[in-house]
Amino acid sequence: MYLYDEIDQRMVDERVRQFRGQTQRFLAGELSEDQFRPLRLQNGLYIQRYAPMLRVAIPYGLLSTRQLRKLAAIARKYDRGYGHFSTRQNIQFNWPKLEEVPDILAELAEVQMHAIQTSGNCIRNTTTDHFAGVARDEIVDSLVWCELIRQWSTFHPEFAFLPRKFKIAVNGAVADRAATYLHDIGLHALRDGDGNVGFRVIVGGGMGRTPVIGTVIREFLPWRHLLTYLDAILRVYNRYGRRDNKYKARIKILVKALGAEVFASKVEAEWSHLEDGPATLIEEEVARIESRFTRPDYAALPADDAWSRGKLVADKAFAAWARRNVHEHKVDGYAAVSVSLKKTGAAPGDASAEQMDAIADLADRYSFGELRVSHEQNLILADVRQSHLYELWQSLRALGLASPNIGLITNIIACPGGDFCSLANAKSLPVADAIQQKFDDLDFQHDIGELDLNISGCINSCGHHHVGHIGVLGVDKHGEEWYQVTIGGNQGLTRPGAPAALGRVIGPSFAREEVPAVVEKLIEVYLEHRDSEAERFVDTVWRIGIEPFKERVYGTHHQTAEDRRAA
Amino acid sequence: MALIIRQRKIVARPEDERLVPLAQWNGEPGVLLGTADDPAALKGRLDRLSVIAIEFPQFTDGRGYTIARLLRERYGYKGELRAVGEVLRDNLFYLSRCGFDSFLVSDQSRLDDALEGLGDFSDGYQASADRPQPLFRRRAA
Ligand code: SF4
Repeated sequence: MYLYDEIDQRMVDERVRQFRGQTQRFLAGELSEDQFRPLRLQNGLYIQRYAPMLRVAIPYGLLSTRQLRKLAAIARKYDRGYGHFSTRQNIQFNWPKLEEVPDILAELAEVQMHAIQTSGNCIRNTTTDHFAGVARDEIVDSLVWCELIRQWSTFHPEFAFLPRKFKIAVNGAVADRAATYLHDIGLHALRDGDGNVGFRVIVGGGMGRTPVIGTVIREFLPWRHLLTYLDAILRVYNRYGRRDNKYKARIKILVKALGAEVFASKVEAEWSHLEDGPATLIEEEVARIESRFTRPDYAALPADDAWSRGKLVADKAFAAWARRNVHEHKVDGYAAVSVSLKKTGAAPGDASAEQMDAIADLADRYSFGELRVSHEQNLILADVRQSHLYELWQSLRALGLASPNIGLITNIIACPGGDFCSLANAKSLPVADAIQQKFDDLDFQHDIGELDLNISGCINSCGHHHVGHIGVLGVDKHGEEWYQVTIGGNQGLTRPGAPAALGRVIGPSFAREEVPAVVEKLIEVYLEHRDSEAERFVDTVWRIGIEPFKERVYGTHHQTAEDRRAA
Repeated sequence: MALIIRQRKIVARPEDERLVPLAQWNGEPGVLLGTADDPAALKGRLDRLSVIAIEFPQFTDGRGYTIARLLRERYGYKGELRAVGEVLRDNLFYLSRCGFDSFLVSDQSRLDDALEGLGDFSDGYQASADRPQPLFRRRAA
């Protein structure tokens, strides 16, 4: 956990004071709605369908138990007793009162938290691999670099009013668990032959209306130049990104319009002025940031815990959970554990105040008082002793937080959709629920194997449907809610030979009640065609193409309820 | 008579001041840039200027921030740099960090309040026009 120093703390406190003043001026009629909107957005405050929504930053997904308890307390005091963990490693409260938001921000500041730049056309919360710092396949611990980027992006005076929102993701492991090819900027922390850290720089990826896989513009940027290079990219974007049409305003459109090479040469030209300037990073700063991170005090343990191994044989339910929800750790004798917020019947990513408190207790007892939020909307206890796994599992099970479904079809990513979001075309939560119900049988889920199923309520893609192995997108047809299905998407290089990919639409959209049966048919085709259990759903789609899936779903006539209705 | 904030003081805008749009500018002492203008056009001729104004058509159009930094940090402009157009109290801090030292604030009735906006924050992390050394270098010093 990075601990603020006095200056970090003062900036957050000053922000609370500033926003309190802005809110008062708005309520007193001194600021118009149009003037207040960008100000509240830069503090994460939306006006939603039924009430305001406040998005609180969880920088790169890292959270202390003190902070989690504060979030629980806020959920109780200012909201309806729960919060929603989003795909951007943030938490959202759906029912705060506008006039109380300054008080909420003040309470957050007490535990070194804030809602700065969680919305608006500015640089948003930087995200990373939820196993950063503990992953067995780690190349560079990305946390230090994420914090450097957090500080650089916080109140960046030049880039507070960009053409559109701007998201940066950092990955420091062999597997890409941060979807770096689908961000405005993706960074891979690497090492050269001498062990020096540098970054592969990817620009112009993104989801939304025009999904694009990003392009590499630098293979290895030495770490000293990280911030000046980011400045150069942002400056080119700020000057030349389109502002006349918000659907064409993301950096990906600029990169496409110019061509990646021309864009890269503009960045290099800009950077040539900034290179080696005062914003060039220095070793002292990297060391200072590193020293302000609290790190777990690991015990020296054997690589493999015989007692838990015995339990794996003795207890099938524990084994099923361990297989899906327990992950390798870079320190011998430890493991990372996913706490599933995807129990059937609960909205994906939602946690009640009681659950948050209970998870905080478990993190204190078993994981050095820290946890992570994953972009798959689960919580992670990153540093658990293997010999504690059985106990931990029993506690999680009692809390309904041990669904052994990480990586499986019921670990659905879903945005809040039409139940909350005013931009939605359709609801996403009932669809997630219906699919979870249909595939509730655990043995069947495990037999299907790894499958990312992602649902967005509209083309803004907060539910990352483009990169779901199966993606479901809410669309509006003549005022009715319909769902388009894509297959073959992939969030990033999570295993060798499987790079980031965008899903392809299988055909005309479906009514809500049809969606689970459609998914079932897709699964049937997969099970019939897979060459072995090791071949995942998405691998089969890539190998045999989408036609066999289409045929099964639409029949030879490709007829849907929509056609029938139109007929 | 319009009032401006200049060098952290509220003063009257000089009556005889003329700001010539860049397209028509021919070496006069005042020039007006739009957010799509390229400040490189003034390179080498900056010493003739006593005031450069940058127009914000909406305060959400952030190009003027980059233009200001380029004028100050790349082209070395030392004279008065004024923000005009939709200029709100809540943007003054960022504007001043990008090199503006003069503001024609839209709401002329609350200039004292606007002046306070300049002090919303006591520091910033980044290198900026008003403080070339980023916080991390000052911390390390
Ligand atoms: S994808 Fe659309 S419906 Fe879902 S949260 Fe984002 S904006 Fe709202």
